[in-house]
Amino acid sequence: MNGWLGPEEWQAVMLSLKVAFWAVAGALPFGILAAYALARWQFWGREFLNIIIHLPLVLPPVVTGYLLLLSFGTQGAVGQVLQKLGIVVAFHWTGAALAAAIMAFPLFVRAVRLSLEAVDPKLEQAASTLGASGARVFLTVTLPLIAPGILAGAVLAFAKAMGEFGATITFVSNIPGQTRTLPSAVYAFLQVPGGEASAMRLVVVSIIIACGALIVSELLARRVAKRVGRL
Amino acid sequence: MTLSVQIAQKLDDFALDVAFEVPDGLTVLFGPSGSGKTTVINAVAGLSRPSQGRIEAQGRVLFDASRGVCLPAHRREIGYVFQEGRLFPHMTVRKNLLYGRQLARDRQDEIRFDRVVEMLGLGRHLDRQPVHLSGGEKQRVAIGRALLARPKMILADEPLAALDERRKAEILPYFELLRDEFSLPILYVSHSIAEVARLATTVVALAQGQVSRVGAAAEVLGDPAFTPAGVRAVGAILDARVKAHHADGLTELDAGGVALFLPKLVQPEGQSVRVRMAAHDVMLSREAPKGLSALNIMCGTIAAIRAGEGPGAIVSIDTQAGRVLARITRRSVQAMGLVEGQPIYAVVKSVAVAPEDVGAR
Repeated sequence: MNGWLGPEEWQAVMLSLKVAFWAVAGALPFGILAAYALARWQFWGREFLNIIIHLPLVLPPVVTGYLLLLSFGTQGAVGQVLQKLGIVVAFHWTGAALAAAIMAFPLFVRAVRLSLEAVDPKLEQAASTLGASGARVFLTVTLPLIAPGILAGAVLAFAKAMGEFGATITFVSNIPGQTRTLPSAVYAFLQVPGGEASAMRLVVVSIIIACGALIVSELLARRVAKRVGRL
Repeated sequence: MTLSVQIAQKLDDFALDVAFEVPDGLTVLFGPSGSGKTTVINAVAGLSRPSQGRIEAQGRVLFDASRGVCLPAHRREIGYVFQEGRLFPHMTVRKNLLYGRQLARDRQDEIRFDRVVEMLGLGRHLDRQPVHLSGGEKQRVAIGRALLARPKMILADEPLAALDERRKAEILPYFELLRDEFSLPILYVSHSIAEVARLATTVVALAQGQVSRVGAAAEVLGDPAFTPAGVRAVGAILDARVKAHHADGLTELDAGGVALFLPKLVQPEGQSVRVRMAAHDVMLSREAPKGLSALNIMCGTIAAIRAGEGPGAIVSIDTQAGRVLARITRRSVQAMGLVEGQPIYAVVKSVAVAPEDVGAR
């Protein structure tokens, strides 16, 4: 594949994979926590949290990117705190990962929440009568039962992160080798004369990754249904 | 006293206010659905928290509202058998059985894994997933899982209700084993008079969120005033021993010197059994009856006559075998001139002593 893709194209694909991987890895714990809170806890502001999480799904990505720039940019409130800690996200690949994570977050939370709601709380009760503390019940009963749902959500989130464009380009621009992810590269190649062939090759790669993600996600979703269904 | 419960809880359309103390053995919380049985057992398990009261088991305070004590379920050292098994679907039978045991490693007990597996007949199922088990097998795993968690007490909430009659007959003996061999205190929720008759050492009867009766099983079930499951459920429990199996398909029992004949039982000779005689299957005669087809005729004296609100009356008769109840009409009581202290013959139709009402002890 190295020979088929040019160095610039190859760079974009590898950067996209790196960005998407870290976006999903970072979103995983927060996503599970958020899904658990939404599915199981009654608390003040639950609906508000639900809306905030789903906002990136309905907001124009450019708006999300601009809001990220305002808060995480070098002049932004969060950005300045991070800067003092030596962390830079603006115009850096970590910023691309952050944007991708936030855009993929609602998809991931939805998938985990659905599989959590399919878990019978009576099983968790049974585990507690057998001597398992709350944390142990979660680790030994809840988590294994929703694991396929988490994986399916992660696959979807990965695909979404791979394809994220609007928020990324607004927040961290389109710097080759730093923030030029696969979709940004397709866009950039289409802007220059003779770039169509490169763009086309990246389009093929995108389609392959997207199809692969959908198939894996579908297979895992079937497994979770079967697993939680066996009672 | 091994278990003392005193709790009050108000729900939307239902108020629970119960207090009882029961000794070791198998206590059946008995009552119709909606009487608060499950609320009580879940409060003992720590799955729900009553608004007031106190629960103490074997000297350990599990719950005391006035002192703000409420031990979480996982620290109550119980084994809970639920109606629907609730096996963990992602674990094999072996892992299900060991789930609670591994969490209670520091507690000692006499219960060995191999023995429980053998007793419950689970040896060939150990590496299977629960989804491949039948309802009865699932419930056996659930019993084993609760028993292996080194519990100080077993709780069971209608563990047979989801099973058909054949499976019920398959599972019931295991609770007798828990009661007799493992000597574990058991709190057992049921609305079935047959289960009460077979299993209970103590009965706590609930009605509309209140305790209507507490006492030893034979005493409560043999009391004509106790008619929570309808007058048809009234009956006496007698202790007996298998004396002989006859060639004509009958088994002879010895109940305090009185011979009773039943269709063939599976229990070996010498085994102790409990026999239940429904009051509506007992007829009375002032003279020794002759030329009757009934095999089981017992003589005794009338201990009490209790007329109901309808046309019926319940007559308690003290016999050598124990107290027997007969449900006859008030008209017959008058016509026969029955009075307390009078000698009387109780005629029991042998077919009426049905196998499902007879249990090993």
